[in-house]
Amino acid sequence: MEALLRIEHLSKSFPGVKANDDISIEVHKGEIVALLGENGAGKSTLVKSVFGLVKPDSGTITIKGEEIEPGDTAAAIRHGVGMVHQHFQLVPVMSVVENIILGDEPHKGVFVTKKAAREEVIALSARYGLEVDPDAFVEDLPVGIQQRIEILKALRKDIDLLILDEPSAVLTPHEIDELLEVIRKLAASGVGILFITHKLHEVMAVADRVVVLRNGKLVGTTTPKETNEEGLAQMMVGRNVVLSVEKGPARAKEVALEIKDLSVKDDRHLDAVTHFSLEVRAGEILGIAGVEGNGQRELVEAICGMRHRQTGTVKVSGKESPDMDPRGVHLMGVSHIPEDREKDGLVSSYSIADNLTLNQFNLKPFSVKGIRDFNARDEYADRLVKEFDIRTPSFQNSASSLSGGNKQKVVVARELTQNSHVIVASQPTRGVDVGSIEFIHKQLISARDGGAAVLLVSAELDEILSLSDRIAVMFGGKIVAIIDGQDADRQYVGRLMAGLSG
Amino acid sequence: MLKRFNIKPWQLILGVVLLGVWIYCYIANTDITNSVVASGMRFGMPLALAAMVGIMCERSGVINIGIEGTMLLSGFTGFYIASWSKNIVAGLMIAILTGILTSFVHAMMTIQWKMDQIIAGTIINILASGLTSFLYKQGSTIPNSWPIFDIPILGQIPFIGHAFFTQQGPIQYLGLILIPAIWVMMYKTRWGLRTRAVGENPGSADTAGVSVIKVRMINVMFGGAIGGFVGGFICLELVGSFSKEFTAGSGFTALALMIFGRWNPMGAFAAAILFGLAQALSTQLQIFGVTNIPNQFITMLPYVFTIVVLAVSAGKVRPPAAAGKSYEKEQA
Ligand SMILES: Nc1ncnc2c1ncn2[C@@H]1O[C@H](COP(=O)(O)OP(=O)(O)OP(=O)(O)O)[C@@H](O)[C@H]1O
Ligand SMILES: [Mg+2]
Repeated sequence: MEALLRIEHLSKSFPGVKANDDISIEVHKGEIVALLGENGAGKSTLVKSVFGLVKPDSGTITIKGEEIEPGDTAAAIRHGVGMVHQHFQLVPVMSVVENIILGDEPHKGVFVTKKAAREEVIALSARYGLEVDPDAFVEDLPVGIQQRIEILKALRKDIDLLILDEPSAVLTPHEIDELLEVIRKLAASGVGILFITHKLHEVMAVADRVVVLRNGKLVGTTTPKETNEEGLAQMMVGRNVVLSVEKGPARAKEVALEIKDLSVKDDRHLDAVTHFSLEVRAGEILGIAGVEGNGQRELVEAICGMRHRQTGTVKVSGKESPDMDPRGVHLMGVSHIPEDREKDGLVSSYSIADNLTLNQFNLKPFSVKGIRDFNARDEYADRLVKEFDIRTPSFQNSASSLSGGNKQKVVVARELTQNSHVIVASQPTRGVDVGSIEFIHKQLISARDGGAAVLLVSAELDEILSLSDRIAVMFGGKIVAIIDGQDADRQYVGRLMAGLSG
Repeated sequence: MLKRFNIKPWQLILGVVLLGVWIYCYIANTDITNSVVASGMRFGMPLALAAMVGIMCERSGVINIGIEGTMLLSGFTGFYIASWSKNIVAGLMIAILTGILTSFVHAMMTIQWKMDQIIAGTIINILASGLTSFLYKQGSTIPNSWPIFDIPILGQIPFIGHAFFTQQGPIQYLGLILIPAIWVMMYKTRWGLRTRAVGENPGSADTAGVSVIKVRMINVMFGGAIGGFVGGFICLELVGSFSKEFTAGSGFTALALMIFGRWNPMGAFAAAILFGLAQALSTQLQIFGVTNIPNQFITMLPYVFTIVVLAVSAGKVRPPAAAGKSYEKEQA
């Protein structure tokens, strides 16, 4: 049978790295192929080549027997390829409808028929069970919803091949289940699927075949039947990975972060967090579990001085921290790993070294008497790049040249190496490969053991369960229960998250 | 609704206040009010059209500070062709063609060769200024200029009819159609949607199969056509002759008005008319011989007015996010 997609001997280099090295892959009709690999292994580069966003140096891409022009997105779309991008390709100032229809607008003559477009979007969202508000502006929406828009965009046209580049990184477990269901249905109807993820259980759940990349090379092909999660992790990283977290008991000391009667509004001026109080002690990890959109984002932003506190106070080591002053909060010893690394974590056009010292470039030793010391910065950057295994040819490169997971590592490295009293980690391992997740988890635990108070917010219930010493379940802007991390039960926490009383 | 059209509440208030003043003056002295408003239109229209050039370019992500040069060159070619061929229609056609060619050069430099957009605009300006002064010949005239006429029914509308639809030339009237047409294009058509997407996030347009380069090239060149049209308009209709550096910074004023109007065609139009009115008012004050204020201060009025308004509104403006950045596929 003729393969739906055939990639042959594809190679692509960027200055200093061979992102793809002689890769050949086939995807057949109705087949779900999972593409695995560490951060920076070259997965995104490979699928971008298929979609015409990257022009390969050599090799051919054939779809349904027809070779397609390299670097021509419109041609890829014409050949029935749809793609969900790792980094959202949305226009923030436009509405959901406008974003979804862009490129193939329903029209009468030259005019866009807004009503028809809106109805189409509503029908589309109902068909796949991915709920969106068609009239909302994208910039006001949380990343989870933005991800849904991306998926809807790709599903809108009649496609033969669907490429998903880490579509589940920002989705809630429930949404992921629905997405996997959509993927299965599409495959059953004959669509070929190329699926990138770092979540191995998803691979085990849906993939027909697994292809693993390492350092730009194809290192192996397997099927979920022949292997298990440990086996996949080993294939990716090339060593044994401990998937479960090992940690000693917490030695909680004095209260380091004290939130009292905090109320915060969201972007639409609706109450997101209402009269919220919480204490996090030095030497413990407090995990906030909750379905996304229950006020976690607003809570974190208010703590870190990025959002106005309508009522209440936030105290760090006993002193009140300033409202709407992120730098002021940071100087009191609060580190922040923001959920949206692109928007709040990095300056993409700056070098990796500058990004690693972004909130301390003006302090010793990076500046002496108001003059920056680049040697100090470079030494520091060099050390962190090695320690956190940030895959790049040079720390002088711009942050925008990094792969998604490596960008995340830059943010994590910067925030976890400042000996802060309080660490606010929002989705710290989003988009990070299994090997690096293990590493980041160890770092969080050693920060805890070093006496920091860690406030962990994550959409990954497993991450919360395995790291937290105490778990606060958030629902509708309030804490509904605080339970001990030790005897937390997955089902029980899940029910609390859904707003049921245990 | 206000967010939809990118109108800020204070702009709305300003508009209402001005309307009130207008109504008051209209009741107090209809004739003078009418003539001030009409001459405000005449001053404002070329600026409004020049601001459209800026909007077409920046909405698609290209900063064009070469509007000045585009108008200068087109006014020059338009006027001398009209003078030589004794045909003002031919003159206007050539002016538009010159505008397109000039912006094509700008587009090649910025979009294809990814040159710095400010430098490209500066090159156009310097080139235009040098070429036109070098080739300038005194004493040429055009055969006639366009007749000034009233539009039958519209001109009779009480209150606004006289100001907008009487005592103007054809190009002025054309502007009244062109500007709303650009607004409709920008907000109601497929092309407009794509243009705005390209100007905000070219990556999103590219991944949707929209050619960023094509959209930018066409918008910039369409903008150039308008720029040529304005240049021709000034030399062939408004002034009736070409003089060195006749643009006198109006290309830059237009950019300020574009910002004031928040990159919205109707907004920029309103801003330009406001500026034109300030200018008409200052002329009126001179005619009335207000002598206790030095003349220089009165001529400064429209500019001071613009600076104040811009200073008040600055900081809140939000240009198209990708304006000024050339697009590289690989970084998508
Ligand atoms: N535009 C670019 N310029 C320079 N280098 C790049 C560029 N895009 C990618 N790279 C490099 O190519 C390599 C592969 O990147 P790619 O984005 O394909 O990784 P990935 O497998 O998708 O990783 P992740 O799981 O983190 O998303 C990385 O080393 C990255 O730094
Ligand atoms: Mg990737």
